[in-house]
Amino acid sequence: MTATADKPETQAVETVTATIDGREVTVPKGTLIIRAAEQAGIEIPRFCDHPALKPAGACRQCLVDVASPAGPEGKLRAFPKPQASCTMTVTEGMVVNTQHTSEEADRAQKGVLELLLINHPLDCPVCDKGGECPLQNQAMSHGRPESRFVDVKRVFEKPLPLSSEILLDRERCVLCQRCTRFSKEIAGDAFIDLQNRGAMQQIGTFDEDVLDFDGYRPVGAAAEDESGRAFSSYYSGNTVQICPVGALTSAAYRFRSRPFDLVSSPSIAEHDSSCSAIRIDHRRGTVLRRLADNDPVVNEDWITDKDRFAFAWQNLPDRVTRPLVRKDGVLVEASWPEALAAAAAGLTAAVTGDDARGAAVLPGGRVTLEDAYAYAKLARTVLRTNDVDARTRAASAEEQAFLGSAVAGTGLGVTFADLEKAPAVLLVGFEPEDEGGVVFLRLRKAGAAQRVFTVAPFASRGAAKLDASLIECVPGREGAVLADLPADAREALAQPGAVIVVGERAAEAPGALSEALYLSESSGARIAWIPRRAGERGAAEAGALPGLLPGGRAAGDPAAASVAAAWGVESLPTAKGRDAAGILAAAAAGQLGALVVGGVSASDLSADVDAAIEGVGFLVSLEVRRSSIAERADVVLPVAPPSEKSGTFVNWEGRLRSFATAIRTDAMSDHRVLDLLAREMGVDLGTATVEAVNAELGALGAAAAGERIPAPAVKVPAAKRVAKTKAVLATWRQLVDEGALQDGEPYLAGTGRVAVARLSQATADALKVTDVVTVSTDHGTIELPVAITEMVDGVVWVPAKSPGSWVAHELRCGAGATVTVKGVA
Amino acid sequence: MTYDETTLAQLTADAADIVGRYPVARSALLPMLHLVQSVDGYVSPDGIQFCADTLGLTAAEVSAVATFYTQYKRRPNGEYQVGVCTNTLCAVMGGDRIWEELSEHVGVGHDETTEDGSVTLERLECNAACDYAPVMMVNWEFFDNQTPESAKDVVDRLRAGEDVAPTRGPAKVCTFKEVSRVLAGFEDGRADEDQGPGAPTLAGLEAARAATAAAAAADSGRTEAQQ
Amino acid sequence: MSDAPATPGAGAGSAPAPDLVPVLSATWAEERSWSIDTYADAGGYQALTKALGMAPGDLIQAVKDSGLRGRGGAGFPTGMKWGFLPPDDGGPRYLVVNADESEPGTCKDIPTMMSAPHALVEGVIITSFAIGCNHAFIYLRGEVVHVYRRLLQAVREAYEAGHLGKDIHGSGFDLDVTVHAGAGAYICGEETALLDSLEGRRGQPRLKPPFPAVAGLYARPTVVNNVESVASVPAIVDKGVEWFTAMGTERSKGMGLFSLSGHVARPGQYEAPLGITLRELLEHAGGIREGHELKFWTPGGSSTPIFTAEHLDTPLDYESVGAAGSMLGTRALQLFDDTTCVVRAVTRWTEFYKHESCGKCTPCREGTFWLTQILKRIEGGRGTQADIQQLLDTCDSIAGRSFCALGDGATSSIISSVKLFREEYEAHVEQGGCPFDRAASALFDYDEAPAGATRADSDAPEEAHA
Repeated sequence: MTATADKPETQAVETVTATIDGREVTVPKGTLIIRAAEQAGIEIPRFCDHPALKPAGACRQCLVDVASPAGPEGKLRAFPKPQASCTMTVTEGMVVNTQHTSEEADRAQKGVLELLLINHPLDCPVCDKGGECPLQNQAMSHGRPESRFVDVKRVFEKPLPLSSEILLDRERCVLCQRCTRFSKEIAGDAFIDLQNRGAMQQIGTFDEDVLDFDGYRPVGAAAEDESGRAFSSYYSGNTVQICPVGALTSAAYRFRSRPFDLVSSPSIAEHDSSCSAIRIDHRRGTVLRRLADNDPVVNEDWITDKDRFAFAWQNLPDRVTRPLVRKDGVLVEASWPEALAAAAAGLTAAVTGDDARGAAVLPGGRVTLEDAYAYAKLARTVLRTNDVDARTRAASAEEQAFLGSAVAGTGLGVTFADLEKAPAVLLVGFEPEDEGGVVFLRLRKAGAAQRVFTVAPFASRGAAKLDASLIECVPGREGAVLADLPADAREALAQPGAVIVVGERAAEAPGALSEALYLSESSGARIAWIPRRAGERGAAEAGALPGLLPGGRAAGDPAAASVAAAWGVESLPTAKGRDAAGILAAAAAGQLGALVVGGVSASDLSADVDAAIEGVGFLVSLEVRRSSIAERADVVLPVAPPSEKSGTFVNWEGRLRSFATAIRTDAMSDHRVLDLLAREMGVDLGTATVEAVNAELGALGAAAAGERIPAPAVKVPAAKRVAKTKAVLATWRQLVDEGALQDGEPYLAGTGRVAVARLSQATADALKVTDVVTVSTDHGTIELPVAITEMVDGVVWVPAKSPGSWVAHELRCGAGATVTVKGVA
Repeated sequence: MTYDETTLAQLTADAADIVGRYPVARSALLPMLHLVQSVDGYVSPDGIQFCADTLGLTAAEVSAVATFYTQYKRRPNGEYQVGVCTNTLCAVMGGDRIWEELSEHVGVGHDETTEDGSVTLERLECNAACDYAPVMMVNWEFFDNQTPESAKDVVDRLRAGEDVAPTRGPAKVCTFKEVSRVLAGFEDGRADEDQGPGAPTLAGLEAARAATAAAAAADSGRTEAQQ
Repeated sequence: MSDAPATPGAGAGSAPAPDLVPVLSATWAEERSWSIDTYADAGGYQALTKALGMAPGDLIQAVKDSGLRGRGGAGFPTGMKWGFLPPDDGGPRYLVVNADESEPGTCKDIPTMMSAPHALVEGVIITSFAIGCNHAFIYLRGEVVHVYRRLLQAVREAYEAGHLGKDIHGSGFDLDVTVHAGAGAYICGEETALLDSLEGRRGQPRLKPPFPAVAGLYARPTVVNNVESVASVPAIVDKGVEWFTAMGTERSKGMGLFSLSGHVARPGQYEAPLGITLRELLEHAGGIREGHELKFWTPGGSSTPIFTAEHLDTPLDYESVGAAGSMLGTRALQLFDDTTCVVRAVTRWTEFYKHESCGKCTPCREGTFWLTQILKRIEGGRGTQADIQQLLDTCDSIAGRSFCALGDGATSSIISSVKLFREEYEAHVEQGGCPFDRAASALFDYDEAPAGATRADSDAPEEAHA
């Protein structure tokens, strides 16, 4: 379990030397003057310039005096007028004088600032940006103390909701166009653009009322982004962060705080497997907002809206703060000793009692590496079982073999940088935007130099924005498609640096992961496994899977012996472990004595969770909230949400993403609670602290050659015939949907895409579907408006957990299942 | 989209024609907005959506363009777009007075349309006819050397349904929609119609000829004298 | 008359040489002057035949040698611009004709295209051949629909006559021409804004570098030329470089259309060698109107610093006008007599720039917004002395600071008029109003009684709302 450091740049870079304010500075060729100045410690004021965006030269704030050698003798020739330092690159021998050393530059800058302020409203007292505002700061340091403008400012109605989350105040806008440039260049979502001209120019969507157009625009389920909402982008929150004034604010944070009241703690986002770097801003124990932290290696300057806005779940009214024990059928608060004793008693009975039917562990996919390790070790050393599986989603033995042979314990694999540089990328069972977040942004950054192929039933918006070539695939048939890729895809993958990205949905297609491994071997393309949840990779690393021990070791001989030794037990359980589905089925059949469950949403599981809870003898829940599982547990032990603990997530690259406690409370991490629980049961689990766990993991290290699960070699089954009245279900999670970690944040929820069912025209005609459709199994029905989509026939796609469409919970099935489709009149 | 089938089919065919003139489809956006104006009499939200769908743009990107250029109208336009140039030269030469009297006479102001939908008035910027000042444009045809009376007369006759000829241009002023279709790049067969170039256009040519004639006369006069 | 070159053939001691040279305007009085037949009858398309027989490199050299400078205002040597194109890389390159004539006072390209569109078309074909372009565009402003009709027809006629299309006259050269109508934006006359507009975007200028020659239309090598520049090319090819260089001055060669407008007896288009003076032009044009004197004028449109009667003898070529403190620009000579209020004129020009500002950069967008309000107050008699200085200070924050030349153009008339007519600004301040009678400037008679409620002048406060 090692994280290797990034290799430093080894090739030589051409440099140029220039003088800025009398200081000599040497920079790589092509460096902008404004960047070179920063390197020399000189700050030139600016608004439209941003290191991650292409130069615009629009605001004119960064004007400096430039002279460069010209003519045969290389005599210094001054430019006749000041130049924008954000658009001009440094050349050899250039002499730059900023506002510090040039009166003209200083005068020019003061002039621009004065002009910026003439139409700017005096909103500082009520503006969110006050206190962290580049316009305020730069006006103070580079502007005139008083304005000479005595005429009438232009005014706009304010604020304008661009979406339920993002509000626009046009009066404050300085038209730097960072927001429109970000939206177009980085995210590819041109839902906002400049409107009107001249002094009335403003940022906006196409809003007929705002822009004074007669009539109204047709809008509905099938409109551009199926949301019926104008500004629709999963990355819209980044515009609020980069806006240099208070023009763009977020509804969730508006009017809530001043920056000087806030304490900022660097942290890691808990929402996806990229584990982006964030900054948590909190005040007196309450998280008020989260921002993107600059991390050039992982998420650069950006995070998804989910990472940014979805944190209310950590402290909703249903937060568990005290242990709960069921007495006379009712959960009541109890002391820690009492609760631990009750839990220990129940678990001991299940493991060694008279009617011992064994215990199993479901940690959930959201826990940290240390937590996952504690769950895994608890299962083996305390509960004496291999029945532990953190994968609360569709999974398979094939996937476990894949993880055990090619992922767990392999350290840093394909990285974000590798993705960006890859000449070709094949996506299998992976939606870059909805399931990948900032992975999408990095793929998009590669631009035309990269060819993207996607094996999917249709080209999603994210795929379309990447100009991806669709390789049509009926869900479940990914393996067959991989075995027979079109020639251009195969050729592309043969190029050095090509990457195959498989998502967690590949586990839903028998043979897909095996074929992916064959493909990787034959083409030379490396594989990146990108699951959805932040805890997935860490769970594999920690051995929180039935067939895995820490470091990628296969459970059982020969690794079991050494791990047992390291853990100070005689031996590890030998019975083959059941996966999550198996565990729940056993519980439902009354064959399981106890369950220890971490952060798991019952509605994410397609198994009959009710029956499982009903049938299991004893249920211990380690939860942040009184979830539906916690509500029915025998003992509930409160655990800390991410803001209140420290720990490590392992992202899909294999990179360790450590974070420290942002808000100190007395909440404990899962691994600490499990340590207490184990102690109560007479075992020193050794997982009381993050340091202790990491020391153990470090000592264990990665699996040796002969200790791994062999690579899977599952044959792709024959395609099943689907009756003409039925269809194959395709489904995946939207980035913004009704996932539990997005609870309590209505502004974010309002930006989610409207749930629609997608069918091809041919399929709709064949099944007599027009505007509304029902999709059903024996267990339930989902009814949604229809969006006819260019896609493979015989397939119906619905979102996995959007309003009105909870596939696992309602239909109790997953992608690839056969469903009944009927048109509603 | 609320275009009926026939209209949509025609729009689609015309749009394909326009797109075919350019190596990159997006270049068709400006002419397509003129096309939409030729159908709806202004750039309607339906039209914006049509352009967005045809060219693979978002509606915001299309309205970004539609709101940048002054010829694209956002409300149903009058049948005759009557513009009086009030840029400096025309204004000084009398354009300001023409505007005031015309506006008073018609009863609407800048960017406003008469109730019967016949006329929209606009204060124009320089229309490149400064040697013909003061200038008025009706549906982008030239009405040169105007006075308040002549301007009011033109507008009255148009509103009365008469055919009115511009001072330079075709035999008569066509409707706003018809002219928008021409601007979308569809010829209407009127290129050969002509009211003749005005005196200012030929002023230099005639002065040159007069000068040449005078010089020739002077030469022959001198030659005679020398003989 | 000492600067005017002698016409070949004039003997010593003969009458002063005629100093108007109709070249582009030679056919404008012909019957159906716009048709291809009229153009051909007058010798049109002979230049094309000659050009197709030359090597493209030689054509470029010829235009370089002719000294033709861009007639759209900037005066950049045309041949040199063509020469900036990088070597052929197998991809397309484009010629774009800037027919977006919108600079106040400029009115030469419209009559050219109305009366002799084929001069432009032939020029387009020759230029395209010279630079290796197979698809040329003419970007015409949208507010001149009959000119658009004429251009569409001329292009069609040229296709029909085999001057356009595939394998033109068996030369192996293919050329398509698209005539594109704009939609009302002065800024689209700026070459990079024009390119963005032609690409179907807002007409906002682009960063340079890269220059259009390297990355222009669709990021391909592109030449953007003014109508008159391109229309001059056939004459140069046909009549020869020496013919062209015999006209004009040392560094401003050839002839150009001088547009006279305003308080002049015979306003119009006067084609003359560069270097002619306003006094000479006025002789042809009948002088300032009876009973009045020239007060101020623009040599090159509203974006150029104004001149007064003191500059009547300034040769109208790039160097001389520059040395005298202004710019030759587009030779748009707007002439105003003593009845005209300078403040009124400058205010209206400034409102134009504010209306046409694209909004991209702070100085122009905010600056013109501010300048307009100050000027309207001064014009309406609500200004102060401090306002006059503020005008200059604000201009200082715009000129040389803006993204493109529109900002600079907006300040030209203000700075020059305050310098030359400061007392007039002060009079508005001191007298609390305009000392001039508008009616006296008008070309028709009227009684200056208010026409009604919709009086449009600077008494109304600046509209601040959208």
